[in-house]
Amino acid sequence: MSEPLLEVKHLCKYFNTSGGVLHAVDDVSFAIEKGKTLGVVGESGCGKSTTGRAILRLHEPTSGEVLFEGNDITKYSMKQMREMRKDMQIVFQDPFASLNPRKTVSEIIAEPFRLHRTLTNKTEREGRVLELMETVGLAARLVNSYPHELDGGRRQRIGIARALAMNPKFVVCDEPVSALDVSIQAQILNLLKQLQEERGLTYIFITHDLSVVNYFSDEIVVMYLGKIVEYTSAEQLFAHPVHPYTKALLSAIPVPRVDAKKERILLKGEITSPINPKPGCRFAPRCEYAKPECFEKSPELRETEKGHKVSCHFAEQF
Amino acid sequence: MNKNGVGNYKKRGMAKEIMRRLMKNKMAVAGLVIITILILLAVFADVFIDYEKDVVAQDIPNRLQGPSAEHWCGTDEFGRDIFARLVYGSRVSLLVGVVAVVVALLIGGILGAVAGYYEGVLDNVIMRVMDIFLAVPSILMAITIVAAFGTNLIYVMIAIGISGVPGFARIVRAAVLSVKDQEFVESSKAIGAANITVIFREIIPNCMAPIIVQATLGVAGSILSTASLSFIGLGVQPPSPEWGAMLSGGRNYLRDATHLTLFPGLAIVITVLALNLLGDGLRDALDPRLKQ
Repeated sequence: MSEPLLEVKHLCKYFNTSGGVLHAVDDVSFAIEKGKTLGVVGESGCGKSTTGRAILRLHEPTSGEVLFEGNDITKYSMKQMREMRKDMQIVFQDPFASLNPRKTVSEIIAEPFRLHRTLTNKTEREGRVLELMETVGLAARLVNSYPHELDGGRRQRIGIARALAMNPKFVVCDEPVSALDVSIQAQILNLLKQLQEERGLTYIFITHDLSVVNYFSDEIVVMYLGKIVEYTSAEQLFAHPVHPYTKALLSAIPVPRVDAKKERILLKGEITSPINPKPGCRFAPRCEYAKPECFEKSPELRETEKGHKVSCHFAEQF
Repeated sequence: MNKNGVGNYKKRGMAKEIMRRLMKNKMAVAGLVIITILILLAVFADVFIDYEKDVVAQDIPNRLQGPSAEHWCGTDEFGRDIFARLVYGSRVSLLVGVVAVVVALLIGGILGAVAGYYEGVLDNVIMRVMDIFLAVPSILMAITIVAAFGTNLIYVMIAIGISGVPGFARIVRAAVLSVKDQEFVESSKAIGAANITVIFREIIPNCMAPIIVQATLGVAGSILSTASLSFIGLGVQPPSPEWGAMLSGGRNYLRDATHLTLFPGLAIVITVLALNLLGDGLRDALDPRLKQ
C-alpha cells in the first residue's frame, strides 16, 4: 500500500446545542490513496457532510487529526490553511445555493485567482477561465451569465470549475448530484470521473445514493449516527456486507426488473438522537440481532478480514 | 477554444453593466437628472447669484412678497430672495445630508456587519452599545456633540451622522445574519477567502437592498436634523441660508405667507424623492436577478 494522500485519525466534531452535545462525527478514521475515491454513505444526518467539512476545516474539528501528505492540517494557522485550500477543494451539494447570485460565471470561476493573487494579468486570467469552462463543458458564451439564468447541471459545472481552478490534489464531493435531475446526474458523474482520470484527483465522495457510490468509489465508508459502521472496498461491500445496517441499506437499492423478488430488510423505529448519545452500539435500538451487550459496550471498528473493517460485536457471526 | 472564440465572449465590466441597467430604468434616470441639476446649481451658484446682495442683504420694504418674475419664490421676512437662498442653502443641506449618511453608513455598517458575522460576545457588546445610543434621543446627542466641539459645519455633520449609526448597525446586522449562513459564503471560505473578504465581497453585496433604502431615507432625516440644530442656534448660523432653518423660520408666517415654508419644503421633498428614485433604481441595477 502506497503512502495515503489523506489520512483522517479519530476525527470528532461535536456541536453544543441547547439540548446537549450533538455528536455529529464521532471518532472517524480512514485513509485515501492518491488518485482513489473514498465513498461515504449513510442516511440524512449521519454526519457524512460534517465529516467532509471538518476535513477541510470549514467546521473546526473538535478533536482528531487530518493528515494531508503527512502534515496535520488541523494545527495549521488560518493563513497556512488558506494556502492549503489550493490543494483541497470541495464541490457543494446544492448548486442553487453555493454560487453568489451577484457574480457572473467568469467572476465566480476567477475568484480563486483573485484570492490567491495568481494570474494577475487580465488576459491570462480570462483565458484560464475560458479554459476551465471548456474543461467542465460550459459554453464560452456563458461567461457573462449569472447563476440564476442557468440550470442545475450547468451551475454544478461552475462549482466544479471553481474547485478545479487552483489545480487541487484532493476534492470533497459533497453530494454533488443529489440536487440534480437524474438525466443530468450521469453527465456530472461522468465529468467528475473523467477529471479524476485526467488529473489524478483524489476524491471523497459523499452521497446517500448507493448505486452512485458503487459506480464511483474504490473504497466505501458506511456511517451511522456519526460513527463508521463498515469500511471496506467497494466490491467487498456489495458482495459481502457484514454489518446489519449495511445489509439493510443495500437491500433498499431498487432492482430494475419486474420479476425480481427481493427481500428488503425493513428497519424498525426512528433514527435515534445524536444529542448526548447513550453508551453502547448506536445502531442497537434498531438492530434485529441486538443483544444486551450491544446496549452496554460501544463496538470498536475492527478488521474482521483483511481490508474489511466492521464495527459490531458479533461481526463474525453474520 | 480557439482564439477567435475567446475574443467573441469578452468579459463585460461590472460598473459598465450596472450603469447600463440603471439607464434602462426611466425613474432612476429622472432621479439622477434631478440630483445632477441640484448639484450643478449648488456648485455654480456664484455664477448667477450674488451672495452678498441677494442672499444676505436685507430689503425690509420688500418683505414677505409672493412669487413673482423678479423673485421666483417670493421673499422672506427680511425681504431676501427665497430662490437665491434655496440655491445657496443647497450647498449646506446637500452636503450635510450626504456626509452625515456616509458617516452613519460607514461606522454603523461596519459595526453591524462585524456584529452579524461574528455573533456571540462581540455581537452582544456592539449591539448593546448601539441600544444605549438609541436610548439617548438623537437630537440631544447631536446637541451635546455640537455644544462640546463648536458649531462648525463639520461637527454638525459628524454629530448628525453619529446619531444615525445605531439604525444602520441594526439594519446591516439583520441583513448579514440572513445571508451569512448561505452556502455560497461557505464556498468562498472553501476557496481560501479571509473573513474580511467574505464580509465585503460575498455578504455585503447581497445586503444592498435594505441599506440603500435606509441611506436614501437617511439623507432626508439628516437635512431635517440640521434644521432642528439650526433652529436652536447650534447649526448653521444666520444669516447663512440652510433649507431646514428656512423651513422653521417661515413657521411664524405660515398663515399669511405660505411660500416661506412651501419652497424650502418642496426643495427637501424633491431632493429626497430624487434620491429615493435613484436609490431604488440602483438597488435593482445591482441585483442581476432582476435583469430583463
